[in-house]
Amino acid sequence: MALPAVAGSEYLEENYLTVKGRFRGIWSWLLSTDHKRIGILYLICIITAFLAAVAIGFLMRLEQLNMGETIVSARTYNSFFTLHGVIMVFMFIIPGIPAVFGNFFLPIQIGAKDVFFPRINLLSWYCWVGGAVLLIVALFTGTGAPDTGWTFYAPYSTRTGTNVTLALLAAFILGFSSILTGLNFITTIHRMRAPGMGWFRMPLFVWGIYATAWIQVLATPIVGITLLMVLTERVFGVGIFDAAKGGDPVLYQHLFWIYSHPAVYIMILPGMGVISEIIPAFAKRTIFGYKAIAYSSMAIAIAGSLVWGHHMFVSGQSYLISVVFSAITFLVAIPSAIKVFNWVATLYKGSIDPQPPLLYSLTFIFLFMIGGFSGIMNGVLNVNVHIHDTYFVVSHFHYVMFGGTGLALFAAMHYWFPKMFGRIYSKKLANIALAIEFVGFNLLYFTMMIMGYRGMPRRYYDHLPQFHTDHVIATVGSWILVAGLLLMFGNLFWSIFRGKKVGMNPWGGATLEWQIPTPPPHENFEEVPYIDHDPYDFKKVKVTR
Amino acid sequence: MNQTANVTSEMHHSDEIGAKLGMWLFLFTELLLFGGMFILYAIYRASHSHEFFLAASELDTFIGTINTLALLTSSLTVALSIEALRRGNRKLSITMLIVTILLGIIFMINKYFEWSAKIHHGIYPGGEVLLRMSDGEMLFFNLYYVMTGLHGLHVLVGIVVLSAMLLFITRGNQSSAIKLENSGLYWHLVDIIWIFLFPLFYLIS
Amino acid sequence: MNQNESSAAQVGPSIHSIGYGTYVLIWIGLVVFTGLTVVVSGVDLKPLTATAALTIAAIKAILVLLYFMHLKYEPSLFKTLVVVVVIALTTFIIFTFLDVLFR
Repeated sequence: MALPAVAGSEYLEENYLTVKGRFRGIWSWLLSTDHKRIGILYLICIITAFLAAVAIGFLMRLEQLNMGETIVSARTYNSFFTLHGVIMVFMFIIPGIPAVFGNFFLPIQIGAKDVFFPRINLLSWYCWVGGAVLLIVALFTGTGAPDTGWTFYAPYSTRTGTNVTLALLAAFILGFSSILTGLNFITTIHRMRAPGMGWFRMPLFVWGIYATAWIQVLATPIVGITLLMVLTERVFGVGIFDAAKGGDPVLYQHLFWIYSHPAVYIMILPGMGVISEIIPAFAKRTIFGYKAIAYSSMAIAIAGSLVWGHHMFVSGQSYLISVVFSAITFLVAIPSAIKVFNWVATLYKGSIDPQPPLLYSLTFIFLFMIGGFSGIMNGVLNVNVHIHDTYFVVSHFHYVMFGGTGLALFAAMHYWFPKMFGRIYSKKLANIALAIEFVGFNLLYFTMMIMGYRGMPRRYYDHLPQFHTDHVIATVGSWILVAGLLLMFGNLFWSIFRGKKVGMNPWGGATLEWQIPTPPPHENFEEVPYIDHDPYDFKKVKVTR
Repeated sequence: MNQTANVTSEMHHSDEIGAKLGMWLFLFTELLLFGGMFILYAIYRASHSHEFFLAASELDTFIGTINTLALLTSSLTVALSIEALRRGNRKLSITMLIVTILLGIIFMINKYFEWSAKIHHGIYPGGEVLLRMSDGEMLFFNLYYVMTGLHGLHVLVGIVVLSAMLLFITRGNQSSAIKLENSGLYWHLVDIIWIFLFPLFYLIS
Repeated sequence: MNQNESSAAQVGPSIHSIGYGTYVLIWIGLVVFTGLTVVVSGVDLKPLTATAALTIAAIKAILVLLYFMHLKYEPSLFKTLVVVVVIALTTFIIFTFLDVLFR
């Protein structure tokens, strides 16, 4: 058995951050095709976007602190929830884990030097930046930020005077970023695995990224063409979704959700992949049911592509297809549940090391399950009639997207931070931040679940007196949540520059990234590794703290 | 042994299957891009079949057939060009490539005349004649413009890409063969999309 | 120097070379089918018109895929993927029809 030769297990002074290449200064970053640097570029961008969208959410909650107009007009509030959604969905969560951690760690975890198409990788980042710039232009020019909701439903989106056209172009370009990433990862995983690494010796994070990449490649073009058609309606008067010109607005919803439902699996599958990495590492035993988890990722991708109509139960679509969509929606829960059972089973009789990544992961499991159960509830036809477009739905998707993917992203940050930056953060502060976030999160979103059940509609800037107390509680919850987030990011950011330096394998992880120096050298591996064991085989691991 | 960053680009130059896989994945995205519009076409045609027949009679089947034959032939010539390059016959490859590009240009010229005629007659999105038509006819023409328009854009991009290939091959560039093959794949896809557009718009009267 | 894995797929140009003659034959087939579809469209088969046209179009597309695009000689992964994509698109169409036709 050959572990890759490692110079020393201490912090590596000449690494991917310090290496001198063809370009100097800022250009060595902006023109870099190193997957690790591109991952960092994405990290900076998506965290910035996240914080901007959090700020908008914060303002939305402030508006709801009182009845009537509190800080903004209804029209501005509409733009707020539109932007909050567009930024969170297209600029933060969808690129999120794949673009940052997929880019950084996928090649390393399969024993490769980079992705298959490094320049296309850089191009995908520029697409993200281009889309972001366009969106910023849409906000501050002409008739101002769009007010359609992130879902851009026709006919309002084809008729409203706000800067929908620019926003659609931005979304289209952001979609391209996603497609290029997916295409790159599929090719990389098929063609660049180290010798000995068969499909079932890949880390489960790689399986998660792989399943996600397929959805990115196959589903994104459909929303691309849909948004393009709304654009042609606005710009050229083409009336494909316009009832006055014979069109059917419900067909817009079909096309939109054919992508946007699978999109939520783009969001969660990488997150689940992260959890599948962290649990074994901190239970110090191999994952329970590796194949089940691997197959379940593919099953979620496939089944999740067949349920889009569950967003449309009250749209006027046929009863027949509603029943079909509802039934398949229940089925999609099964592979997700398999993962949860297997994670918990992995912990059983493991040697538990309660480090921050594990605590964040356990929080993920808890919050994601609440989100998942509330999803099933949404999928029941007669219940859906009452909770559609209420805060119940808002609560559901924040539990799965924020409590789920968001927490998984935070867990990934805390897990892989030492490898990426060669330093460790304050674990105490990380845990305190988590606790504060947990309290704030549930105050905010569980209250929403109750509100929604009691009938509070979403996307309204105002509310009736019977919802007032709930709104106040939720807003206070949002303040606590934001405080936790700021503490968490502050801890990490400060530690990038001032944290204590660490060596090769501070957590005792078994996958390949923990067998190369910290921070990784430019080429990742000195020699091509040969893989002769399963990914979570802790008996063969070199642990250095 | 110390390997530099250049290894990766060397690697994927020698892994042609990988490069081809990447291209096929891109083609899948194009298939689904047009696929979204085919979904719409299918639905609207099913619910407005008579009006679709009426509207389709306004299109010139002859030009449509010529265009179909142009693209089919251009697919042949680009395939021949690739095969010639593989066999080391650069001159034949270049000739076939030029023919391909010319056929693509002929396609675009035909399209220009078709569209101009329609627009001249007021049949275009937002045009007065179109707006007076029945729902089904309006949908037909709106779909016609969006679908053949997007397709035409792809033909244009293909012409540009193939012209770039012409430059690479004439200059004796190293990895021309795989680049040309991938460009050919793109071109064939554009042909396949037209293979479906042709009967759906021109042959239903 | 590449570090590709032990998969059976070979690295390097696909070995199989298709003759010029085969390409021309396929082209002739495509032209014939084009003529066929134009002729058939003149005949009124009401419900079968669309089916006939789409079937012929599918045959033409398959010819282009298998021969011009070399799919016949590529690793079977590629063929599988094309089938998967076609099935995906078909499913989307069918489901959408299950809405519109049964409202």
